[in-house]
Amino acid sequence: MRKGLSWFNVTSIVLGFTFLYLPILLLVIYSFNASRMVTVWAGFSTHWYVQLFQNQQLLDAAWVTLRVAFITASVATVLGTLGAIALTRYGRFYGRTLFSGMIYAPLVMPEVITGLSLLLLFVAVDIDRGFWTITLAHITFTMCFVSVVVQSRLVTFDRSLEEAALDLGCTPFKTFFVITLPIILPAVVSGWMLAFTLSLDDLVIASFTTGPGATTLPMRIYSQVRLGVTPEINAACTILIAIVTVVVIVASVMTKRQEMERQKAERLAAAG
Amino acid sequence: MSTGVADKTQKTIGGIRRKFAPWTDPQATPLIRYQNVTKRFGEFVAIDNLSLDIYEREFFALLGPSGCGKTTLMRMLAGFEEPTSGQITLAGQDLVGTPPYKRQTNMMFQSYALFPHMSVWDNIAFGLRQDRMDKDAVANRVEEMLKLVKLSQFAKRKPHQLSGGQRQRVALARSLAKRPKVLLLDEPLGALDKKLREETQFELMDIQMELGMTFLIVTHDQEEAMTVADRIAVMNHGKLVQVSPPAVIYEQPASRYVAEFVGDVNILDAVIEAKVPGLVTLRAEAAPGMSFRVAQDCETQVGDTVALAFRPEKLRVELDPPADPTVNCLTGTIWDIGYLGDLSIYHVELANGQRIKAAKPNLTRMVERPITWEDKVYVSFAPDAGVVLKS
Repeated sequence: MRKGLSWFNVTSIVLGFTFLYLPILLLVIYSFNASRMVTVWAGFSTHWYVQLFQNQQLLDAAWVTLRVAFITASVATVLGTLGAIALTRYGRFYGRTLFSGMIYAPLVMPEVITGLSLLLLFVAVDIDRGFWTITLAHITFTMCFVSVVVQSRLVTFDRSLEEAALDLGCTPFKTFFVITLPIILPAVVSGWMLAFTLSLDDLVIASFTTGPGATTLPMRIYSQVRLGVTPEINAACTILIAIVTVVVIVASVMTKRQEMERQKAERLAAAG
Repeated sequence: MSTGVADKTQKTIGGIRRKFAPWTDPQATPLIRYQNVTKRFGEFVAIDNLSLDIYEREFFALLGPSGCGKTTLMRMLAGFEEPTSGQITLAGQDLVGTPPYKRQTNMMFQSYALFPHMSVWDNIAFGLRQDRMDKDAVANRVEEMLKLVKLSQFAKRKPHQLSGGQRQRVALARSLAKRPKVLLLDEPLGALDKKLREETQFELMDIQMELGMTFLIVTHDQEEAMTVADRIAVMNHGKLVQVSPPAVIYEQPASRYVAEFVGDVNILDAVIEAKVPGLVTLRAEAAPGMSFRVAQDCETQVGDTVALAFRPEKLRVELDPPADPTVNCLTGTIWDIGYLGDLSIYHVELANGQRIKAAKPNLTRMVERPITWEDKVYVSFAPDAGVVLKS
C-alpha cells in the first residue's frame, strides 16, 4: 500500500522548509561574500572568517559564552537529573503535583518575565551582576529542560534492575552510581547538550542579568547589528549555527540509537 | 560406564526425594517462618493474617491466580515490602526492618533484571563483589556458576546478545552465586516456550538437589508447581487455601477451589445418603436412580449437600454398560470430542444438561474412533477415583 508523493505534499514540504530555512541559508551564503555590502554578491571569499578571528571583542564574548554554557549545562544536568528522579521515583510525596507543575513552568514562561524576575532578585539580594549572575540565570531556565529529557527515560526504566542490585547486596547509594546512572547516561548526556545549546544562544535572559565586563556572544552580535550588519557578523552566526546544529544532531542521534537498541533487545527477548 | 554412574546418582536423588518430608516431623525447625503476617496496600489487603513454615532444602511453590498475594509474600522475604503486622524469621532471625541488601536471600526476577551494561561474567560476579570477596575467589565462583548453567562460552557477551533461555540461565547463575540461604524465584520460566520450560523445570530440580538449597518459587502455572515442588501452597485472596505435596493437592484437594484451580475436574452436586468408615454413599440430582460410592472418610453428616469431584482421566467412557450400571455410573450423549493426540477429551452431556469431561488415552493408532458425536455412552469410575468436597 505504497503512497506516492502527491503534488500537494511536495508543495507543502517545499514551502514549509523554505519558510524555515531560507533566511538561515541566505545568512550562510552571504558570510562567504567578498563584498563589504551585505546585500550585493561579489564572489566567494573566506575573508570575513579571517577578519572575525582578529576581532578581539567578538572573541572575548565567545569565550564568556562558552564558559557560561559549560558551567550552566553541567550544573543544570545535576540538578535536573535529581529533580527528574524525585518526580518519577518517590511516589506520592507531599506537594508532588505542585513540584512537577513548577518544574515545567519555566518551559512556557516568557523569557522576558524570567529575565526580569531574576534581575529583580539579583538587585534585591545585591549581588554584583556579571558572569555568575548570567550563569545562575541560565541554570535556572535550562534545568527544567534537562528534567524533562531525563524524566522521559526514567519512566521506562525497569525498577527491578535496581531491586536486583539491592538484592545482591549493593547499597541504594551505590546502586544509583553503578546501575541507574550508567543506564540513563545517554539521556543525561543529551540533557547536557540541550542545556548547553540553550545557554549558548540565549539573548534575552543574558541581557537582563548581565553586568559590566560580561558580554555574551549573542549580546555582542546584537549590539553590533544595531550599528549595521557586517559580513563579519554573518560569519560569526554561521559558526554559531554550525555548533548548535552539530550538538543537536549528536544529541538526537544518541537518543535515537538508545531507543533502537532497546527495541532490538526487546525483539531478541521476544524471539527467545 | 558413564551412564551407569548417572543412573546411580539419579537413584540416590530419587531416594532423597522419596524420604524428604520434614513438615511431617514435629521436631524439625523450619528455616522460614511467617507468623500472622498481614500486608495492606492502602485499603487493599494483599496478605491476610497468614502463617506458614518452610523447611531447609525444601522446594516450595506458591501457586495462585494473579492478585492472590503470592508475589507480595515472596517480596516480603526479599525485603522489598515490609509486612503491616506480623513476623517473618529466617533461620531464627527476625527479618522485619532489615533492608534487602543485608538479607541472606537472593531473587531471580520475572524480567530477569540483568544489568544491560555489564557482560554475563560481570552480572554473575556483581553480588560477590559487593561482599568484597577476593578476586580469585570471585573468578572461581563465577566459572563454577557458568559451568553449572552451561554458559561458559558466553561469559563475555552482553545480555542483549543472548536468547531468552540463555538470559534466564544467567539470571539463575547470578542469584545462585552468593549461595543464599533461600533462592526466591518469581515466575522464573514465564517467558520461555513450553518445551524449554519443561526442560528447565527438571534442571532447576537437579540444581536445587545438587546445591542442597531452599527454593521458593512463585508461579501461576499449576503444572510447573506440580513438577518442581516438594510442597505447594495454593493461595487465594491473601490466604493459604491448602499447603500439601503435589499429589495430595491433586488427589485430595481440601476444597472445591483447589480442585478447580489445579487440573481439570468434574463436579456434581450430591447428597450424602449413608456413610461408614472408609466409604461414603451419595445420590446426585444429575443422575437420578444412581448411587455413588466414594472410598474416603468424611466429616460431613448424612443428608448434607456436598460436591462430588472426579478428574477426567479417572473416568471410563464406554458404549456398553458396565457390570453394575446403577453404581458409580453416569449416562449421557457425546456433545463434543477434543482430539489431543495422546488423549481424546469426550464432553458428555448428562440427562439434566450438565456436561462433564472424560479423558481417554488413545492406546492404538486408529483414524476412526469407535465413539463419536451423539453416541449414547456410559461414564463410570472406581470408588477410589472420586472425592467428596465439603465446600
